[in-house]
Amino acid sequence: MDSVLNQIGIENYIFLSVALFCIGVFGVLYRRNAIIVFMSIEIMLNAVNLLFVAFSTYHQDAQGQVFVFFSMAVAAAEVAVGLAILVSIFRNLGSIDVANLKNLKG
Amino acid sequence: MDINLALVLLLAPFLGFLTNIFLGKSLGKNVSGAIGTIAVAISFAMSLFFFLQINQTGQPISIHLFDWIAISNFNIEFGFLLDQLSLLWLLFVTGIGSLIHLYSISYMHDDENMHKFFAYLNLFVFFMITLVMGSNLLIMFIGWEGVGLCSYLLIGFWYKNQNYNDAAKKAFIMNRIGDLGFLVGIFIIGALFNTLDFATLKATILAGNNLNAYWIGAAALALFIGASGKSAQIPLYTWLPDAMAGPTPVSALIHAATMVTAGIFMITRLNFLFDLAPAIQNIIAVIGAITALVAATIGLVQNDIKKVLAYSTVSQLGLMFLALGLGAYEIAVFHVITHAFFKACLFLGSGSVIHALHHEQDMRKMGGLRKAMPITFITMLISSLAISGIFPLSGFWSKDEILMTAYHQSPVLWVIGSIASILTAFYMFRLMYLTFFKEFRGSEEQKHHLHESPALITFPLIVLAILAAIGGLISLPGHSWLNHYLEPLFSKAHEAHHLGTTEYMLMAIATVGALIGIGIAYAKYIKQAQVPEEDEKITGFSKVLYNKYYVDEVYDAIIVKPINLLSRFFRDYVETALAAIVFGFGKAANELSYQGKKIQNGSIGFYLFAFVIGFCAIVSYLILAQKKF
Amino acid sequence: MSTILIIFSILAAVTLASAFMTIFTKNPIHSAIYLVICFFSIAGHYLLFNAQFLALVHIIVYSGAIMILMLFTLMLMNLNKEDEVHKPRITRLGAVISFCLIISILIAIFVQTKPIVGPYDTTGEDYQSIKVLGKVLLDQDNGFMVAFEFASVLLLVAMIGAVLLSKKEKSSK
Repeated sequence: MDSVLNQIGIENYIFLSVALFCIGVFGVLYRRNAIIVFMSIEIMLNAVNLLFVAFSTYHQDAQGQVFVFFSMAVAAAEVAVGLAILVSIFRNLGSIDVANLKNLKG
Repeated sequence: MDINLALVLLLAPFLGFLTNIFLGKSLGKNVSGAIGTIAVAISFAMSLFFFLQINQTGQPISIHLFDWIAISNFNIEFGFLLDQLSLLWLLFVTGIGSLIHLYSISYMHDDENMHKFFAYLNLFVFFMITLVMGSNLLIMFIGWEGVGLCSYLLIGFWYKNQNYNDAAKKAFIMNRIGDLGFLVGIFIIGALFNTLDFATLKATILAGNNLNAYWIGAAALALFIGASGKSAQIPLYTWLPDAMAGPTPVSALIHAATMVTAGIFMITRLNFLFDLAPAIQNIIAVIGAITALVAATIGLVQNDIKKVLAYSTVSQLGLMFLALGLGAYEIAVFHVITHAFFKACLFLGSGSVIHALHHEQDMRKMGGLRKAMPITFITMLISSLAISGIFPLSGFWSKDEILMTAYHQSPVLWVIGSIASILTAFYMFRLMYLTFFKEFRGSEEQKHHLHESPALITFPLIVLAILAAIGGLISLPGHSWLNHYLEPLFSKAHEAHHLGTTEYMLMAIATVGALIGIGIAYAKYIKQAQVPEEDEKITGFSKVLYNKYYVDEVYDAIIVKPINLLSRFFRDYVETALAAIVFGFGKAANELSYQGKKIQNGSIGFYLFAFVIGFCAIVSYLILAQKKF
Repeated sequence: MSTILIIFSILAAVTLASAFMTIFTKNPIHSAIYLVICFFSIAGHYLLFNAQFLALVHIIVYSGAIMILMLFTLMLMNLNKEDEVHKPRITRLGAVISFCLIISILIAIFVQTKPIVGPYDTTGEDYQSIKVLGKVLLDQDNGFMVAFEFASVLLLVAMIGAVLLSKKEKSSK
């Protein structure tokens, strides 16, 4: 059967992925709540995963999907550790406002 | 053997300097004085030895220590040349030097810095020996600068008085102005002949092929400027009277007998060069004569005993330069030697008087010291007669030779020289009458303490007076040992004066002139018993003379003040601007870092923002800015 | 307008809209929910690509594990109704500007490179079914066996790290 790309074309997927990525960037810069920032990071990672899968179909190669597999594993690990850090910050500072994390000010 | 003895000659005073400057305080006054004197005496013994040797063999001794500067074919060695001229100079420098050292042991005994005094005196003798013994112009220049330095140190010896320091500075700076001329001369000679060595220069110049007369004249003029700085000719003479601020032995040694003769030494050394520039020789003669006259007129009305002697020195140096300008180098050397004897004796005698009156130097407060200080009186009388040119003392012979040569070459210069000599006789005897005759005009207390000076002071006086009396024997007209001795040095053999009618007439005129001068002084100060007036009461032309023709004030206005203004301008504007620029760099860096510090504000959002912007920038440069892809 | 195109457009719209809403809602729980919706739509995209295994793993890992984790943390911090102070105006403006900037740059890159996208040929072979995927993943010679093992070590370390970091400190006596 025809690849879905024949019907949709890969440019659309590139645009979609770019838009999603930029929304993620926007979210990181816009919000003050640390957890929302995390979520935005997840959005970014997902955008990249989407693109990988699109190109895996484009090249008819499974290696793209293998990379997505590993990307997901890393994302999971990162969220676990990141949230643990966040909890510990919450315990010390009482809030998870990003603007309060200023001790590295030079 | 010769090298070792020459090194001993050179280094003995230097060792004396080192010992006295480092250990002098702990050695005590007498020991440091003895060390200083013995050092110079050793040099005298060595120079005597070499003198006898060269008198016998007639061969100059050339000593080469090491190659100093070697640039392609321009070589300057570090070496010494002991020929007739340098040995003659060494003899009287070290000889009179040791006598003055002996004198200073007693004269400076009350001073707590006596060891420093002897150290500086030794250093001076060391540099003077370097100057005289150098085998090329550069070593002579080392000595030249060194004696200038020691002159500064010694004039300002009593440093607590600001006026003395100013006098020392004035001497040094005026010397330096002359030294600039000397350096220019050295450069020109080096460029012309590719060597600075005296022997080589003499050979090259006497060989005489394509010599650029213009540049040789320029070199001669520049060297003469250097000599006039050192030997106090117009216009660089005003430092010498001010230099009387130093202790009297300093005045005797440096400013009468040795340092001021360095200019004459240099010109005599380079006589072959000056012989090629007759125009410059004319200039030298004219300036010498004018200096002699002007200084003599100023000396007529001075009341400080040392200032009179200082102006007398300037005047006699003018006569020596007159001789040099006329090409009569041996006669100039002769006058240098006789002048050294009687002028040193006069200065030391005045020192003895000053010492007896507890540092009173104004002649208006002296008088009648004849009875109290007989030895001083007699020695100074002999020297005054010598300087006035009375037969048969040494001054008569040397001065007469100069005047005779002047008469044969330029009668105008003869007239000027003769007038200067008559004035010399006048003011010297004015000094003698005011100091030693009539009644004592000082305070009662000084009168009680009047006595003759101790032996260490009177002994050098006696020796120098004897030398001043019989010194003329070395160069009698028609049978001159000095001319014969110095003959190998000069290319143009100077015809001895045949004693004919003209010469006897000139001698008679000179003697009569001197007697007239002495007579007028006698009439004024003994018969009429005049005493010079107080400073405020001097009027008219005397006032102009008393203020030295206001030359110092003129120099101050046209040279010193503009330079001060210039330096103040630089300090106020240029230096602040430069400081602002230099500090401005620091301030800019500081400000930059202070502003730059604000980027690190610790907020993560800002860091991420910068991250994104940076990423966009890099990517847009790498990919979008490429024309091709 | 084929069916696939319509499905794609709907899915894309949902993805973008839910991602957008994730950022803009005030309540963090709401934004978590929106994110879950976003993940589901992306899984839909994967299904369009015929990558079934990946779609399921995506749902399980992301919506099933990661979002649950985040929701737990949100509830731990009692951030139900959050009235959070906005960032200063200039920072928000800066965020908007950088958003526009980065999107325009990335699209400009794509447009400028003018990639030659030819006909999308299909080999017809099966290249991504779970069987083939397993072979590619776990092949020893030219597969990703080593990376696979490392990924498992990474997960182990992350687990240990998470436990350690969130331990309560013993209060000193």
